[in-house]
Amino acid sequence: MSLPLFTTTEDPGPDFAGLMRRLRVPTHPLLAGTGSAPAEGFRHGTTVVALRYADGVVMAGDRRATEGHAIAHRAMEKVFPADRYSAVAIAGAAGPAVEMVRLFQTQLEHYEKVEGVVLSLEGKANQLGQMVREHLPMAMQGLAVVPLYAGYDLARRTGRIFTYDVTGGHYEESEYNATGSGGRDARTTIKLGYRDALARDTAVELAIQSLYEAADEDSATGGPDLIRGIYPLVATVTAEGFTAVPETEVAERFAELIERRRTEGRQP
Amino acid sequence: MTMPYYVAPEQVMKDRAEYAQKGIARGRSLVATTYDLGIVIVADNPSRSLHKISEIYDRIAFAGVGKYNEFDQLRVSGIRHADTKGYAYSREDVEARSLANLYAQYLGQVFTHEMKPLEVEILVAELGNGQRPPQLYHIAYEGTITDEDRFAVLGGETEAIAARLDEAWTATWSLGGALQAAVGALAGPDRTLVAADLEVAVLAEGNGRRSFRRLVDDELAALLG
Repeated sequence: MSLPLFTTTEDPGPDFAGLMRRLRVPTHPLLAGTGSAPAEGFRHGTTVVALRYADGVVMAGDRRATEGHAIAHRAMEKVFPADRYSAVAIAGAAGPAVEMVRLFQTQLEHYEKVEGVVLSLEGKANQLGQMVREHLPMAMQGLAVVPLYAGYDLARRTGRIFTYDVTGGHYEESEYNATGSGGRDARTTIKLGYRDALARDTAVELAIQSLYEAADEDSATGGPDLIRGIYPLVATVTAEGFTAVPETEVAERFAELIERRRTEGRQP
Repeated sequence: MTMPYYVAPEQVMKDRAEYAQKGIARGRSLVATTYDLGIVIVADNPSRSLHKISEIYDRIAFAGVGKYNEFDQLRVSGIRHADTKGYAYSREDVEARSLANLYAQYLGQVFTHEMKPLEVEILVAELGNGQRPPQLYHIAYEGTITDEDRFAVLGGETEAIAARLDEAWTATWSLGGALQAAVGALAGPDRTLVAADLEVAVLAEGNGRRSFRRLVDDELAALLG
């Protein structure tokens, strides 16, 4: 490796992806040609949700990865800190999705270090949109990646959520959203319990309930795995930054949820 | 046609060294020292936006004195090197030694091959971990690299500042003690430096993955006592 120096006219500035292109390091292995992706042999991540509450946003994702109709992984992580004040969750083809998250995290930190200032939340959301757009050729062949992005906007002092489609189009959500195969069920669950400016505990509870319902209806979404002790990942982003909700708290909430349903005489 | 005068290579090198030294000595100095929980870097720099100290990677910081545009270019290339390496391999594979060597090679090459040497002196600091002690790599304008495990002084009047700091230095001092001694050494007997005259940053455990943190405003004033 040599010191990456550029002439002033070719300097990539704070753009990490641009730097990688200039150094000829491939970041997005674009599939050449046409045809469709293999129906099997690659892993799929499923349901992730995000909702706003009084202090910021809650984000959660189940842990299952599937390969065709089989379960490929039981403890996959789909919710990541993007930087100190935002989180990104992924659904879709797992390989490229995790790679996209890694590139996105590096990109945000790289910008911050080179420029000496942090990108605005809107700017970060745009960056992610560009990455999804660059991924479109692979999405066309069946390897779609659909992220969910949420963060705390320090300038506006509020939590914000952005959803994406495979073309890189991104849309701000005013309340909540979910994506992935169980996204529809998760969304409906949140819809029934959502109020403006929820308290933290209620919001975390609602996220957990939504994943529980999604796992109940969708075969590709994993519910709480009481036998192995694997639970969905939940995180909050507030003015204090990204905080993962402790696994013990998530486990307790699931246990209570199941217990409550039993005592109410409903099927868990 | 007139023949160009012959200049002995020794003279060329001497002139270049003198030119670089003059440029560096014109600027203000900078001090870095280890303390019980990390490394503190203190620059005599009243500017709030044109930094001399910055973050390179999780456990690595950069500091430079001399011509701003020249060391800033080196700073950015260091970030690029570290981020590319961390992306291609893993975060734990990024270490200061290889970066310091690259800087030394580049400065050495510019010094011998280009018309004008770079008028900079730089520091690459790395926080220690279980296996490695903290390291301060001091790289001079002509590519000489020295590694210090106690403190480093960059810029002009280095000998006087180093002598003052050497006298005060203890291995186990706290951040406050280290900072006050560093500021005292930078200021000398005739000046007093206050928070507004200083740029201070630490590499310290307890800041999470990214150990670099700037000390500003009230926090800095409180530490200076």
